[in-house]
Amino acid sequence: MIDDGLSDTAETVLEIENLRTHFFTGEGPARAVDGVSVSVGKKRTLGLVGESGCGKTVTALSILKLIPSPPGRIVGGSITLSGKEILPLSEVEMRDIRGKLASMIFQEPMTSLNPVFTIGTQIMEAVRIHTDMGRAEAREIAVEYLAKVGIPEARRMMLQYPHQLSGGMKQRVMIAMALCLKPPLLIADEPTTALDVTIQAGILRLIQDMQAESGTAVLLITHDLGIVAEMADEVAVMYAGKIVESGPCISIFSSFVHPYTEGLFKSLPGRTEKGSRLYTIAGSVPSATGFPPGCRFHTRCPLAIEKCNLEEPLLVEVGGDHRCACWVRAGEPA
Amino acid sequence: MIQYIIRRLLLSIPTVLGVCLVTFLLFNVFASPEAVARKQLGKNPTSEQVKAWVSAHGMDKPMFFNLDTDKGGHVHAFDSRFWNHMRELVFFQFPESDYLHEKVGDLIKAKIGPSLSITIPAFLLSILITLPLALFVAYYRGTYIDRFALFICVILMSIVLLNYIIFGQYLLAVVFKYFPIYGYDFGAGAWKFVLLPIILAVAAGLGSSVRFYRTVMLNEVRADYVRTAMAKGVSEEGILFKHVLKNAMIPILTVTVLSIPFLITGSLLLEIYFGIPGMGNLMINAINSADYPVIRTLVYVYSLLYIAGSILTDISYTLVDPRVTFE
Amino acid sequence: MAESHLKIAVKRIRRDGLAVAGFCVICVFALIAVLDMVPLPRRGVSGVKWNLTVLDAVFKKAPEKSYSPPLAKKGILNRKEFTLTSRHLIGTDNLGEDVLYNALKGVRTAFIIGIVPSLIAGIFAIILGLLAGYYGGWIDDVIQYIYQVLSSIPGILLLIAMLMVMERGLWQLCVALGVTSWVGLCRLIRGETLKVKNMEYVEAARALGASDFRLLFRHILPNVMYLVIIEMTLDFSALVMSETVLTYIGVGVEPGTGSWGRMIMMADRELANAIWWNLTAASAFLFVLVLAFNLFADALRDALDPRLRGDL
Repeated sequence: MIDDGLSDTAETVLEIENLRTHFFTGEGPARAVDGVSVSVGKKRTLGLVGESGCGKTVTALSILKLIPSPPGRIVGGSITLSGKEILPLSEVEMRDIRGKLASMIFQEPMTSLNPVFTIGTQIMEAVRIHTDMGRAEAREIAVEYLAKVGIPEARRMMLQYPHQLSGGMKQRVMIAMALCLKPPLLIADEPTTALDVTIQAGILRLIQDMQAESGTAVLLITHDLGIVAEMADEVAVMYAGKIVESGPCISIFSSFVHPYTEGLFKSLPGRTEKGSRLYTIAGSVPSATGFPPGCRFHTRCPLAIEKCNLEEPLLVEVGGDHRCACWVRAGEPA
Repeated sequence: MIQYIIRRLLLSIPTVLGVCLVTFLLFNVFASPEAVARKQLGKNPTSEQVKAWVSAHGMDKPMFFNLDTDKGGHVHAFDSRFWNHMRELVFFQFPESDYLHEKVGDLIKAKIGPSLSITIPAFLLSILITLPLALFVAYYRGTYIDRFALFICVILMSIVLLNYIIFGQYLLAVVFKYFPIYGYDFGAGAWKFVLLPIILAVAAGLGSSVRFYRTVMLNEVRADYVRTAMAKGVSEEGILFKHVLKNAMIPILTVTVLSIPFLITGSLLLEIYFGIPGMGNLMINAINSADYPVIRTLVYVYSLLYIAGSILTDISYTLVDPRVTFE
Repeated sequence: MAESHLKIAVKRIRRDGLAVAGFCVICVFALIAVLDMVPLPRRGVSGVKWNLTVLDAVFKKAPEKSYSPPLAKKGILNRKEFTLTSRHLIGTDNLGEDVLYNALKGVRTAFIIGIVPSLIAGIFAIILGLLAGYYGGWIDDVIQYIYQVLSSIPGILLLIAMLMVMERGLWQLCVALGVTSWVGLCRLIRGETLKVKNMEYVEAARALGASDFRLLFRHILPNVMYLVIIEMTLDFSALVMSETVLTYIGVGVEPGTGSWGRMIMMADRELANAIWWNLTAASAFLFVLVLAFNLFADALRDALDPRLRGDL
């Protein structure tokens, strides 16, 4: 939640409260998302940060209820999208929402587009599902958005197949497809991870431009702190299925609190003195079927005390809207 | 496209020649002409009879090059077993059957019809039935319907075609007398003789076909682009019938188009059991009577069919998959 | 690395009830086959040595005169009844042999036909596939040419031709089947080798100075083996089923060896006389073995498939 005059529900596009998404496998339940609460407001970008396997993507997929249903299931919590409660909706009702109230773009543009249809067809499909526009109208919208995302010769490009485009262009197409119906929320799951560094900046800037134009709220999922610094207004740090720290981006970057966040920052090569060893967080991310008791990070934490092994810490305000869940650094809730 | 076809055809010439060479070696080097003669002539032929047979079939000529001078004083270097063999096949001057005393070419022409009258309807019917079934099962993937259907498929697959034929023929033709047991009628009357074979052929292939198509489709369902389509709000039907089906056609076509040329060869078992005078029958009889001219011609023809099939398959790829071009 | 994959595979298979049931059935059949391979030291009458096995000791019964239905007390020969000398669970065939005994004798044949050709084909396929994929160039061209030619010749004809050369017999049949069926697996192995040889761990090993031979057999082969295992288990059923057909055509095993194919072959004439038990016994044994193998092989393939291994 952001307490700067924008916290009335009219301006909160996405509100997730205590979301729990578990996977039921042969080896026991994997609690991939275990009590996550975040929110994103209009025209704001929330950066969801964490290493691979911490549950960021599962959180994102849960919003659109795209969790593969055996073996996964949303077991608790609530998700509200533009005031609409998502979890009780049926599959048919969800199809209305997907693409219209919230859109998602994925990490691998190479495989995320259907190889046997032209990109024009695929964008038009999104339009025609949610409106009753005819072909011609839908085509115009598709061309318009292709141009908006910076694809040259948009009308000619409509007839191209995905394999004829570069990775960066494919991702632009994905963005066009995601935004052509002007959804209030865009979920971007590692949108630039699979792209060349030189292309990354262009894509990120595109997202920012589109956001400025339509006021879209953006949930940006990434493991790259550099991207977060550039794009996010608020940040939430995830570890082992839980949010361990959240708050305004500036606050987190200048005065991080949680030992895990500290570890993430210390691991950045830029922060290390030339010639000395690179810092790594000891240990490795626990598997979702076997989280340690108490604080999930305590087995790797240099500050761990007795209590960390016994009880899970709760998110405590440490200043402004900055929250942290750590017995040592943040203490008890007031 | 024409260029591509011509290029492929040219490239397959070495393969065809290889096939001719292999058949030649098999029947001349590995199995001696005398042994074949003995088999042809039945019980205990005398050595003169064997010699005469071998001579009449040109099998006593030298293997590769004929350097004898004949009466006129000429040398026909290429009048040898190998070159005669190659010449026959390559120029489509098919020889005469030992057993049936007709030109193999004519035999083939006569027997293609009956074979096709079973294989083509069976092929089409099979696709018409199994594809929708597979789509249906893919729609209900993960549910009990899916697992039940899969189990049934495995059971159906575990029954040999031979069993389908024997039990099917016995129950439906002998006991219930729904169909004639045996025989064939050329022309319009053929349909009642081919119905049961067609039904049995489709039934026998049902299990493995449905399972295969289901696997292909479920493979596509796991792809990233399906996740994207779902995120756009495409319905389950839209995903299966539009997105998945078109992508699934690529591997499905590989298998189906490749089998089209072999529709000509006919099913051995079906033709034997139902007395259909088709290509399969021709082949079996040739094998049983060691009718070498027929066998080597058929092998040659079949290899041509296989090459035609693979060229057809590659062409069909380019039609379905925009990523594939003639290269 | 290979160990833990095996353990994971075993765990997965154990969860599939049908696959486990299939495996148990396979074990039972395998036991029967083994019993049929252990010879009995025995001399028959007048010093002639019979090839009797433990299975024979348990199940062989003295032949009756002719047919008799299952569990009957009397049999029929030339429309006249005759008394049976012992109880036959599934009746007797035209030679008066106990049908259950014949069916059991067919188990060994089925296992041998199902496994040995795969092994032979596997050896060809592995060696040629690895060489073609790894070395490329003219070696690849030659090997590809060979298998293109071989796959253009319909398998059955190649088989027949080979069998005309060799005598009839179980082992000859295995060799012929093996030699004519290595092409498909070879293609797969070649493809996989092409993929694997450029992987980092192979590059790393090469950078450490490993010889080609070592690379091929210690690094590439283990990662290609899963294809071989899957193919072998899938082929088992196909091979067993093909023995039946080949016997019918006349190129199967020699008389005297157990063969479900031969039992089925007599079906037409028998069915016309309402004699159903011979055919049914052979078909049932065949069906159960093939079904068990199919169920097990499916689970095995899913457990070993590297793509499926990566998913949750």
